[in-house]
Amino acid sequence: MNRLRVKLPGLDLKNPIMPASGCFGFGGDYGKLYDLNLLGAIMVKATTLEERYGNETPRVAETPSGMLNAIGLQNPGLEDVLNEKLPKLMKYDLPVIANVAGSTEEEYIEVVRRISQAPNVHAIELNISCPNVKHGGIAFGTDPIVVERLTRACKDVSRVPLYVKLSPNVTDIVEIAKAVQRGGADGITMINTLLGMRIDVKTRKPILANLTGGLSGPAIKPVAVRMVYAVSHAVDLPIIAMGGIKTVDDVLEFFMAGASAVAIGTMNFHDPMILPKLIDQLPRRMDELGISSIEALIQSVKEARAHE
Amino acid sequence: MIQEKQTILWNKEVAPDIFELTLQGEMVDAMVPGQFVHIQVPREDLLLRRPISIATIDAETGSYRVLIRVDGEGTQSICAQHAGMTLDVLGPLGNGFDISFLNPKDKVLIVGGGIGVPPLLGLANLLHEKDIDMDIVLGFQTRGAIVYEEEFKRLGHVTITTDNGSYGIHGYVSTVIDTLTQPYHAIYACGPKGLNRYINLKFEDHPHAYISLEERMGCGIGACAACVCQKRKEPRENIKICQHGPVFKTGEVIV
Repeated sequence: MNRLRVKLPGLDLKNPIMPASGCFGFGGDYGKLYDLNLLGAIMVKATTLEERYGNETPRVAETPSGMLNAIGLQNPGLEDVLNEKLPKLMKYDLPVIANVAGSTEEEYIEVVRRISQAPNVHAIELNISCPNVKHGGIAFGTDPIVVERLTRACKDVSRVPLYVKLSPNVTDIVEIAKAVQRGGADGITMINTLLGMRIDVKTRKPILANLTGGLSGPAIKPVAVRMVYAVSHAVDLPIIAMGGIKTVDDVLEFFMAGASAVAIGTMNFHDPMILPKLIDQLPRRMDELGISSIEALIQSVKEARAHE
Repeated sequence: MIQEKQTILWNKEVAPDIFELTLQGEMVDAMVPGQFVHIQVPREDLLLRRPISIATIDAETGSYRVLIRVDGEGTQSICAQHAGMTLDVLGPLGNGFDISFLNPKDKVLIVGGGIGVPPLLGLANLLHEKDIDMDIVLGFQTRGAIVYEEEFKRLGHVTITTDNGSYGIHGYVSTVIDTLTQPYHAIYACGPKGLNRYINLKFEDHPHAYISLEERMGCGIGACAACVCQKRKEPRENIKICQHGPVFKTGEVIV
């Protein structure tokens, strides 16, 4: 028995650890460093209908135990992703979770409809939470009515299960999660980055060309844990959690907060081998903590809650 | 490209706040001048690696030199490491300088500015081995900031400029380059944005003129799209400096 295995809608994961969207491109670059077959799944870079050039540079700025980014959804567009990027991942035994973004409801629907037909796309991650674009992105992720409508519209055209990626930049993330559930989503991924800013004291100007950016990295982990905990209590959908994961204990902490799988983003930049390292270290730490399997851990967290 | 722990063989301050580190590792075999390494900051709270140009490569000892200017907490932390300690290094990254088309006795112009000078030393070493004739123009802010003058002098004809006139010719490198009339088989430049932009435009139509760019980076290997620059010609395209650069032909991208 594979004690790391987790089954989620559309996803039979050999282990519950995957790279988060936006930090891993379409996998090819990291595929030069290690065998991507080691990964539980891969969340690829956000895809829009047409090619996007993204924001001006600088697009990244360092912060204590974190970083700000304002890439601006640069991506080669749906056609190139379907014809070039996704086929290159076919050689791996690796479920692809396609992150979809758009500036209009129609764009989201069209990209979901077409990308969900790609043979190795096992699930969609609806990106309604990018804080770095002027139109779309987070604009679709802050109003429960809009969230519910967009989720339903995308679910209707998707051939594979639909996960919705939540933004922490809202008054009450639980309200958004409930809207996602009402819209018929199969799961939730959370959290996207927290909106932030840095100013260079020498130039007196913001470091990022976009002025603001999304904060990620270990600095945001407590925020993510709190939100996963709250959302997992309020809705009955599996959660793929991300937000500052750096160690195996961070991984396990998210499961104890209510997650069913985890994704690692920013820390790939710090240590490009972090994913295989965490996957390798996880069983030993589970032994130390008396965790027989990840599925058992998920189940025990659920059962404990039933008695709360 | 590999990730490995590298031992610091030497660390010395060669100019105020500029440190030269000699590092030893397996990746040296794969290095070419113009490439860079992505060095992890030995501090838990600083997550982003620092992209640093490879200065010179010594295949015999399996070591290479980098020059790092202390510009903030990250570079300060790296430069505070002593000989014998290790650094986590990802590399070699990027494309490096193309010299494949050059023949012995060809004439080459090398233009460097400030902390952009180091990668040109490794290049000049290689060109010297190929018996290439070099005019080398190096610009620095002040006399105190000058690096590698003696090493370059062994390889070609060197002219130094300083912004404040404290050494060599008073002014920017353009003061010297605008007076040069000789045709060069190739031009290689690396420096601050102004210098790169100047070379990019002045030698826009030269078939073998190259500039090496820098930018704040995330992953360093082409995944995150943090360090892009825009292609000059239509159709519009953003190119990743870490992956398709850092060396570009003049006229290829907008600086």
